[in-house]
Amino acid sequence: MDSRDKTTDLLVVNNLNFYYGNNLALSDVSMPVKKNCITSLIGPSGCGKTTLLRCFNRMHDLYPKNRYEGQIVFDGHNILDKSQDLIKLRGRIGMVFQKPTPFPMSIFDNIAYGLRLNDISNKSVLADKVEKALKQAALWEEVKDRLKQNAAGLSGGQQQRLSIARTLAVDPEVILLDESTSALDPVSTQKIEDLLAELKYEVTIIAVTHNMQQAARISDFTALMYIGKLVEFDETETIFTKPANKMTEQYVTGRFG
Amino acid sequence: MNKLGRRKLKNFLALSISSLCAAAGLAILFIILYDVLKEGLKSFSIHLFISDPAPPNRGLSGGLKGAFLGQGLLTLAATVVGVPLGVLGGTFLAEYGRNSRFCRFLSRLCDMAVSIPSIVIGTFVYAILVLPLGGFNGWAGSTALAIIILPVVIRTTEEMMTMVPWTLREAAFALGAPYHKVITSIVWRASISGIFTGILLAIARIAGETAPLLFTSFNSNYFRLSFNEAVPSLTVSIYQYAASPYEEWISLAWAAALVVTILVLILNIIGRVLIKIRIGG
Ligand SMILES: Nc1ncnc2c1ncn2[C@@H]1O[C@H](COP(=O)(O)OP(=O)(O)OP(=O)(O)O)[C@@H](O)[C@H]1O
Ligand SMILES: [Mg+2]
Repeated sequence: MDSRDKTTDLLVVNNLNFYYGNNLALSDVSMPVKKNCITSLIGPSGCGKTTLLRCFNRMHDLYPKNRYEGQIVFDGHNILDKSQDLIKLRGRIGMVFQKPTPFPMSIFDNIAYGLRLNDISNKSVLADKVEKALKQAALWEEVKDRLKQNAAGLSGGQQQRLSIARTLAVDPEVILLDESTSALDPVSTQKIEDLLAELKYEVTIIAVTHNMQQAARISDFTALMYIGKLVEFDETETIFTKPANKMTEQYVTGRFG
Repeated sequence: MNKLGRRKLKNFLALSISSLCAAAGLAILFIILYDVLKEGLKSFSIHLFISDPAPPNRGLSGGLKGAFLGQGLLTLAATVVGVPLGVLGGTFLAEYGRNSRFCRFLSRLCDMAVSIPSIVIGTFVYAILVLPLGGFNGWAGSTALAIIILPVVIRTTEEMMTMVPWTLREAAFALGAPYHKVITSIVWRASISGIFTGILLAIARIAGETAPLLFTSFNSNYFRLSFNEAVPSLTVSIYQYAASPYEEWISLAWAAALVVTILVLILNIIGRVLIKIRIGG
């Protein structure tokens, strides 16, 4: 039985606009992100899914001239505030990218990277946490005998699960996934989906996906975007069975455009 | 057919001319190497490294002990100052200054500085560190070498770090890493072999320099382990011995030239091999 309470808003996006320089990439987006739920972001290429996802951990701040307007409320305050401590924020809201990004170091050190950032240096604590994260990401069996080897030697799918394990290791409250299974084979994808299904009891997940079946399978809520705007946000079942918006219906049934 | 024939002829001409030029260049290089090897081996002996210079025509076997030591220490001092400064400067340009026009200008300036003739740097240092201090000294010599190595190291570091994809930095930022940790634990690590190679090649470049030393640390027969006076230099010694009228000195210059050539060659080969390994793996 699903024991989750799906009514608490962990994050609330209020009238969010985002600009790349002068280009408005998100306009007036408002939606909640429910605690302990998986929220899918879907929509055609270039509609702003990645852009929205990267607002949640302020990744856009790495580049000059990017600008936010509006609010994303997390724990009672607006994380888009200039005064927001980005290092703290990114510790609480983790992200897995579309392409695997192994650091140029051993498998163990990859996973331990975030832990060491948090000043965890006790060897046995590190080893335990690394093992737990690798198990969660369904990678442990494949790498347990070669933790000291360079992570670059892993296959693409393994590298992606490594990236996921690295994110999980620091116990974030929210995990952002940007098409993180798009480069994986069906078996690995299944493993990741199983993992997400378990994780949702502890963390909140926002996942960008191009795969409608995946969105329908794994997520509790779905947001459909189109050209920088939020078209419809609702429970996944509603979006896929009786959407309020005509465009949503066309999109989820593959009759779009 | 006619057109094709002409094109083939042109192609043949271009190919043969460029091959000829390459062959000429290589031939000259090998003649030089052959000469250095042949002449250098004649008076190559352990005395070269362990004996002090001796006056000519007395049948004494002199060496260039001090010159090896002096050249080595000048190069080392320049490396110790120039490499950390260069790596930090290059890091600044690649990371913190990457969006600043001024920093892009600085980086172009370094490109220009790389191609300043080293004798110009020698005379510049002469003006600021030799004249005011009242004479040739080792500080001036190593400063001149450091000035030569600095822009090379800055640019290599910057380029190697710029080549590290931003997605890698983003992944570290996404884990909550502060910028300085991203740089030291991710970007440097990913570019270390390239930076190291660049540093080796830069050291190879200053290790064989004569011009910047002529006006700065000049040369001396004995090394008293002090940088406050003229410091013996291998390259300047070669220059002086080779220009002397004494048979013995000239052949000693050949032997010393052989050693410098081999050392620089080894540094270069290590550098190239590292480049190969890095591109291969
Ligand atoms: N760095 C950038 N600078 C300027 N414009 C950008 C930048 N990144 C994205 N955009 C623009 O913003 C819009 C939204 O892009 P975004 O990457 O968020 O789309 P997406 O929904 O993730 O698409 P996809 O499904 O192809 O990944 C696009 O029009 C894109 O061209
Ligand atoms: Mg995207």
